[in-house]
Amino acid sequence: MPAPAERRIIFKHIDEEGYSNDLACYQKHGGYQVLQKALTARPEDIREDVKKSGLRGRGGAGFSCGLKWSFVDRKSGKPIYLVVNADESEPGTFKDRYIIHQDPHQLIEGTMISCFANDVKQAYIYIRGEFPEGARILERAIQEARDAGFVGRNICGTDYSCDIFVHRGAGAYICGEETGLIESLEGKRANPRIKPPYFPAVLGLYQCPTIVNNVETLCHVKHILDMGPDEYLKIGTPNNTGTRIFCVSGHVKKPGYYEYACGEITMGQLLYDVCGGPREGREFKAVIPGGSSAKILRFGETFTLKNQDGSERVLKVEDIPLDFDTLAACGTMGGSGGVIVMDDSVNMVEALANINAFYAHESCGQCTPCREGSLWMKKISSRMVHGEAREEDGELIKSVADQIAGRTICAFGEACSWPTQSFVLKFGDEFKAYNEDKKTKSADRLELV
Amino acid sequence: MNLKPETLARIDEVITHYPEKRSGTLPLLHLIQEDVGYISDAAVEWIAEKLELEPINVYEVVTFYPMFRRKPIGRRHIKVCRTLSCALAGGYKTCAKFESEFNTHRGEVSPDGEVTVEFVECLASCGTAPVVLIDETLHENVDEAKAKAISDQIKAEAANRG
Ligand SMILES: Cc1cc2nc3c(=O)[nH]c(=O)nc-3n(C[C@H](O)[C@H](O)[C@H](O)COP(=O)(O)O)c2cc1C
Ligand code: SF4
Ligand code: FES
Repeated sequence: MPAPAERRIIFKHIDEEGYSNDLACYQKHGGYQVLQKALTARPEDIREDVKKSGLRGRGGAGFSCGLKWSFVDRKSGKPIYLVVNADESEPGTFKDRYIIHQDPHQLIEGTMISCFANDVKQAYIYIRGEFPEGARILERAIQEARDAGFVGRNICGTDYSCDIFVHRGAGAYICGEETGLIESLEGKRANPRIKPPYFPAVLGLYQCPTIVNNVETLCHVKHILDMGPDEYLKIGTPNNTGTRIFCVSGHVKKPGYYEYACGEITMGQLLYDVCGGPREGREFKAVIPGGSSAKILRFGETFTLKNQDGSERVLKVEDIPLDFDTLAACGTMGGSGGVIVMDDSVNMVEALANINAFYAHESCGQCTPCREGSLWMKKISSRMVHGEAREEDGELIKSVADQIAGRTICAFGEACSWPTQSFVLKFGDEFKAYNEDKKTKSADRLELV
Repeated sequence: MNLKPETLARIDEVITHYPEKRSGTLPLLHLIQEDVGYISDAAVEWIAEKLELEPINVYEVVTFYPMFRRKPIGRRHIKVCRTLSCALAGGYKTCAKFESEFNTHRGEVSPDGEVTVEFVECLASCGTAPVVLIDETLHENVDEAKAKAISDQIKAEAANRG
């Protein structure tokens, strides 16, 4: 079956000829009308609409946005903050930067609607330090919106006021984790906080109730209100509503970003029909479906899943519909939408050594299993590549990974152990045979670590 | 501290963005690093006083975040992405090309003072790998040939400056 047509909602204007990132262009395309409409509604009704839409967070965890908003402590008497997570640092993910660069007002409108819906008076956009141009674009766009009365005092002439400021990170991946992000915004090291008690909805920024949402999630809020939750529910599949942006990188003919109704396209359609298949003379070997933390899938493996009526179905990697739930049922995750493809030129020990170097560099260092474990995993895998590889190294490295997940303050513990666990589980043969492979490897094989 | 008047004005403005002064730590570090080039001990103390903190509160932030540096760097900062999608497209070769073009090693200032080449982690542009961030500009699909062309341009600019 050929791939269905792209369904561009969030990326509607990305790369569109003649579309610019200024306010005039945004308004010419109907910009800020949804905000104006929202301001005439009751905040609790907007929250209800978002809940009804089934919107799930696009930052990685896929948690229900409406449910998250319902946890906000509205009785504490403290101010409620909203923080936009524009840290985009999960390897393989590159969607938020396009929204920020090419359509910043879409994000600002979604943010202001979400602020109004949650009685927020002050929002921050936490943008990673490596996006200096993005930060400038956002600051300019916010100023334009402020001058036009869409941000700041008495928005659109109502008595609702709320401002947005941009806050730049400085190169640490852990700032993407929401409580690390909050610490960083408070001017500290981005050491994640332990939950409980520090659930952001109750004890977040400055110990006040705080909502942290991904850039793309907040853009969806605008479109939910625009089309109404019932229309939005029709996009995608039950419990996996709306569109998803897939950021495809690695060994395909046409890498890039593609937006589809959630679950409407399979991995095979995405990689073969949309991305043009493998490079000439190559075959797909493996794919990481949701950012580098997601467990890897090996082409050729199959998954036996239960249908609702109790019967079973068997899926190949190519058959997996790209939604949240099926990917989870296959033992991995849709995560941030970053799809990293590897063909048969890649040795999996080397690919894992690259990933492990990332996590060892990025652990914040608070929890011993994560700090030491991520370093040991890096050291073992890079010793395999650059020094002597032993047959039992795969098992050794996996035993380190097995002792991290579930024993740490934040989900980085899982994020750093899932790659090792899944690589060794699925490509154990390559770990065992690595020494032999190294002897015969061609001189032009790319260095990965 | 000898800061430009614009920097001082922006510092005073940015502090007003937050209900607690301490939140100004990262913005101030960015502003001062952009102005002076790096974060000296004097800068740490100056920020601490400005934000009513102890110097250690600022120092621990400087040492946590990779983007803040304690020493001057070359005139241009070449950050090559090291992470998987870029590596799969030859990012290590790209980095080696910049190093050899400027006769330098990763993390060091080149002998002519022109550049500092560094590996960084995923720059969120994996679809156009390998990517390189030079100062504030992102360069995409930087294979060895493009790395050479960019290096030539930097060298030409340096020669023009005399
Ligand atoms: C180690 C780690 C890194 C993360 N990095 C990001 C990130 O770069 N961007 C992001 O939006 N969420 C990231 N998250 C998820 C956030 O913690 C949080 O769940 C998300 O911002 C919530 O927004 P959403 O519900 O709209 O997805 C990360 C989580 C972890 C554990
Ligand atoms: S799990 Fe790792 S990153 Fe998270 S708090 Fe612990 S040491 Fe830090
Ligand atoms: S891996 Fe290089 S930009 Fe993402």
